[in-house]
Amino acid sequence: MISEIPPAGQPQGLPVQPATDQASPGSGVGRFLEDLRRFPQRFTASALRSGAPTTDRSRSSFVFGNLFLHLHAVRVHRWTLRWATTWGLGLAATAAFLLTLVTGVLLMFYYKPYPSVAYDSIKDIHFVVPTGLFIRNIHRWAAQVMVVVVLLHMARVFYTAAYRAPREYNWVMGMGLLVVTLGLSFTGYLLPWDQLAYWAITIGANIAQSPRELTDALGITSVFDPGGLQKFILLGSEDIGEEALIRFYLLHVMILPLALAGLMGVHFWRIRKDGGVAKPADVNQRVGRMDPEIYPVFTETPAKTYHLAAVVRGRTPAINRGPENTLPTMPHLFYAELAVVMLTVGICVGLSLVWDAPLKELANPAVPENPAKAPWYFLGLQELVSYSAFMGGMGIPGIVILGLLLIPYLDRESTGTGEWFGGPGGLRLVLGSAAFGLAAVLGVEVFSIQFGWIREWFPNVPQLVITAVNPGTVLTAIYAAYSLWLVQRYNSARAGALGLFTCFLCGFIVLTIVGTHFRGPNWDFYWSPSQWPVH
Amino acid sequence: MTTNPTLAAAPARSRLEPEPLPRRDFLGLSAVWSALAALLFAFFGAARLPRAAVVPVAARKFKVVLPPNLAPGEAFLPPGRSVAVFQDDQGVYAISRVCTHLGCLVKSDAAGFQCPCHGSHYRPDGSVLKGPAPKALPWLAVKRVAAGTFLVDEGKPVPAGTKEVA
Repeated sequence: MISEIPPAGQPQGLPVQPATDQASPGSGVGRFLEDLRRFPQRFTASALRSGAPTTDRSRSSFVFGNLFLHLHAVRVHRWTLRWATTWGLGLAATAAFLLTLVTGVLLMFYYKPYPSVAYDSIKDIHFVVPTGLFIRNIHRWAAQVMVVVVLLHMARVFYTAAYRAPREYNWVMGMGLLVVTLGLSFTGYLLPWDQLAYWAITIGANIAQSPRELTDALGITSVFDPGGLQKFILLGSEDIGEEALIRFYLLHVMILPLALAGLMGVHFWRIRKDGGVAKPADVNQRVGRMDPEIYPVFTETPAKTYHLAAVVRGRTPAINRGPENTLPTMPHLFYAELAVVMLTVGICVGLSLVWDAPLKELANPAVPENPAKAPWYFLGLQELVSYSAFMGGMGIPGIVILGLLLIPYLDRESTGTGEWFGGPGGLRLVLGSAAFGLAAVLGVEVFSIQFGWIREWFPNVPQLVITAVNPGTVLTAIYAAYSLWLVQRYNSARAGALGLFTCFLCGFIVLTIVGTHFRGPNWDFYWSPSQWPVH
Repeated sequence: MTTNPTLAAAPARSRLEPEPLPRRDFLGLSAVWSALAALLFAFFGAARLPRAAVVPVAARKFKVVLPPNLAPGEAFLPPGRSVAVFQDDQGVYAISRVCTHLGCLVKSDAAGFQCPCHGSHYRPDGSVLKGPAPKALPWLAVKRVAAGTFLVDEGKPVPAGTKEVA
């Protein structure tokens, strides 16, 4: 949309006057003192550029002319302001990231990334540094909130079909942000150099090495060894030690945050360029008439329409469409955003006051924990990895990410954009897919826990067979087949995507719960941690 | 009416297709190609950065003194080493305790070896019984240096079943 607001700068209608004419009256020291007296007022005016934001017009140019605010449009559609449109999840993720950024920089004052002192420095942060424990708690909780909110945000965008053209590329950027967020979480819990950290580095580095599962089975590792190369690049040495810690530290505090910031910049910019939050085609009928208490600035019936066919693609604005239904960003959107930010901060701080961030014993290369569990959001992956290192750690996650990337390029439909569970089948299809997804993942899990898997039946089976056919790949194949069946049945890629995404969420949740609650020493199945054998 | 010979020789051009400027082309092409060459060299230079020319590695060989009353099949765990050493009638042998799945240290018991991380089980000879491990635990080179004293090389796998006569 082309704004009617003139570029910010000098107030319109006032000619720019020569500098001498702006000088205070008087002469000599008197004028100097008068200028000095007026300095605070003039400093404020120069910082705000367009004067105090008191009217809708000056607020618009305030938003437009401010580096930090100009990511916003000056006006925002009423649909965007409804809570149920986005639930503010993208902004909550940003707020959680900013919290980790601030607390992370504070932690860097005391943290020392060297194996012999890293653990002690975290202990110092806990017990010696004033507010150190609180800051580490906020850092840890904000990171966890960020993972949850990023996943929820992805689900919101998916279920409202907001990834569709022209927003496909921003969905891809979102995938990048998801991967970097998980990478930041992983590298973060390696830094304390406790037992969790040491054995997570061991497992992570060996997942990077897991293409060897394939190359070994094919007998080509001596000439082609991408796995060994990846592991060495991560560890910087043959063993886990100071080189590995400094590499993960650099990834955590420098490389990944910069990557995240860059992707976030593109992500936000594209939201604007792609036309803001996705809206249904009949959005103006849906939002209804404006509350008379909220005074509109644009008139109900546009007095003038603009034909911008040469400038913008798509429909010409304001023809046969009644009111614009937009409100000034300042203050309406800013209040909503501030509410989301404060809610996020409140949740993170509240959790930090109740639960302290964990710190296990000092890393001991001679004794792994039993069971050695990753943080909860990786336990679904750990469950998959317990079937095949390569497929669980790289193959299936790669397939999932690739499948998610493809969705907006395969779903070229338009019905249901901007609506919750929009598309053929709608909520019924989603609920049915959830039931199917839960049944499939539970069935595969129960089967493999009850009856074991191929190697227990045929001890001499080649590894390639297990890499190709294990509970993880079988589940992936079931979900893919179900999704293709939906595509056929509804003659709609959106229906297949709805089914696949719902199944993926169900699988993720069930595997995470199994890994968290039902796996005990030696990764054996237990109904409850209270049944774990004493060791 | 006289015609300008240079104008007549030049083909008709619209303003949208200006005549080529060979000098600018040369400058532009050299800028592009030198930038690509610089990127290529920088890439190969940077690709060498992650691997230092000398990588310090802890010594893989160590001596072990077996206790005199070590029962057959009972594991002796040299402190600080991820190896289990055994002795039976045929001799002394060492099996790596690094799980071939994702590198956790397996525990040795009467049934063989159990991995705490992802549930791989190995038989007493190191072969895989169940779980995700793709390969058997490797046997390691053992050399007798004196009565009851053996040199184990963690970096040198040997075929399963290789035993050093005590």
